Amino acid sequence: MATKVETPAGVKATENLTNEEILRYSRHLIMPEVGMEGQLKLKKAKVLLIGTGGLGAPLGLYLAAAGVGQLGLVDFDVVDFTNLQRQVTFGSSDVGKPKSEAARARLSNLNPDIQVQAFETKLTSANALELFRDFDIIVDGTDNFPTRYLVNDACVLLGKPNVYGSIFRFEGQVTIFGMPGGPCYRCLYPEPPPPGLVPSCAEGGVLGVLPGIVGSIQAMETIKLILGSGRNLTGRLLLFDALEMGFREFKLRKNPKCPMCGEHRTIDKLIDYYEFCGVRGEEAPAPDLKVPEIMPRELKARLDRGEDLFILDVREPHEYQICNLRGHLIPLGELPRRVHELDSSREIVAHCRSGKRSAEAVDFLRKAGFRKILNLKGGILAWSDEVDRSVPKY
Amino acid sequence: MAVRVLIPPPLRPHAGGQVAAEFPARNVAEALDRLTSEFADLKRHLFTEEGRLRSFVNVYVNGEDIRYLAEEKTPTKDGDTINIIPSIAGGKR
Repeated sequence: MATKVETPAGVKATENLTNEEILRYSRHLIMPEVGMEGQLKLKKAKVLLIGTGGLGAPLGLYLAAAGVGQLGLVDFDVVDFTNLQRQVTFGSSDVGKPKSEAARARLSNLNPDIQVQAFETKLTSANALELFRDFDIIVDGTDNFPTRYLVNDACVLLGKPNVYGSIFRFEGQVTIFGMPGGPCYRCLYPEPPPPGLVPSCAEGGVLGVLPGIVGSIQAMETIKLILGSGRNLTGRLLLFDALEMGFREFKLRKNPKCPMCGEHRTIDKLIDYYEFCGVRGEEAPAPDLKVPEIMPRELKARLDRGEDLFILDVREPHEYQICNLRGHLIPLGELPRRVHELDSSREIVAHCRSGKRSAEAVDFLRKAGFRKILNLKGGILAWSDEVDRSVPKY
Repeated sequence: MAVRVLIPPPLRPHAGGQVAAEFPARNVAEALDRLTSEFADLKRHLFTEEGRLRSFVNVYVNGEDIRYLAEEKTPTKDGDTINIIPSIAGGKR
């Protein structure tokens, strides 16, 4: 039965690919593992990408190029300059455009034979089930814990596979959740970390190539699921460490007591995931600390008058190298053991990049007995906007 | 010879930047105890205030989740590898 194409199904199949498509997918078609049958499976497949950022970039590009017939792109964000270091779907001219629409345009240009649908919306408990229903496979490339749990639960409720990938700095995790008999995200991590304990990519940074590698593995697993070939990552957590350059694999088991996919399910509908993750409102982490503040313009005016102010920079040394206000550098983490470097009789203005870490520093120092201490509201970012545009934002 | 504890990237800043540490230990609890005595800052990341291992931190001995072994009492021997794998969520931004 080597000549599959000559079977009745095969004959019918060729009717479904145009000559242009046959040429486009010729490197697939000549592989027995894909062939005409596999290519038609790809054409019929409907894949929904949650997030069109770092992971979504290689995912979208490779799935579109491979001929996945229907791609849905869910993202409410807008392209900004800091995205371009890793979100290779976008070009400089896309800055300011909605990500889902910019990605749709790019993918449609890459492959006009497929349908790409942009959903410029935030995935919520109210719309997830309806959005997911029309797709066969959901691919999770988001950036926050509430959405991760939401995607998981919606996939389990609808019985759809969830091709999962996540990254941090130079490490990635990939697996497939929600397969029949397989584990779900809650089996692996029953609870999210408390807000503030695990930094996000926006705070912790990410090596630009990393999402390219992890998203490509997700794309490969998605295509294998569609083709039904090979051994997929169900029940295995693949860990990638780019710095050590190595993969490790861990066994994942279905937790019989899992509240979502276990024998005695206690969660039978979507919940409030921000509440579940201890986060309220937008992706804001810990609630703002109430500490005494100084506005950038006021600080500038006081410095110009020659007032004796001690500027304390609580960022990291590598951030100081990007730009600084010539402050005294003590990274937040080192503050407790370096507090002796500060003179509590002088007035101190603490700052960081955005004002969040320095608020923690001010809070800590006030508890340590410092009275004349202020937080620079908005940090370096606000300083750049309101006082000195020559200071770069990052 | 000892038990090798691999420290994941998100926790390395709290462990002096180290990728791994080795301790003689008869079980997981002992190894984690040694680890958090050497790097005190790691403790609040791995354990709750009540001293329970946090549920978003998974621990594996030679690739097996200790939840399905004997949890923190899982015995270890020289040459074993303990992996600490906290959940990470990044991907889009």
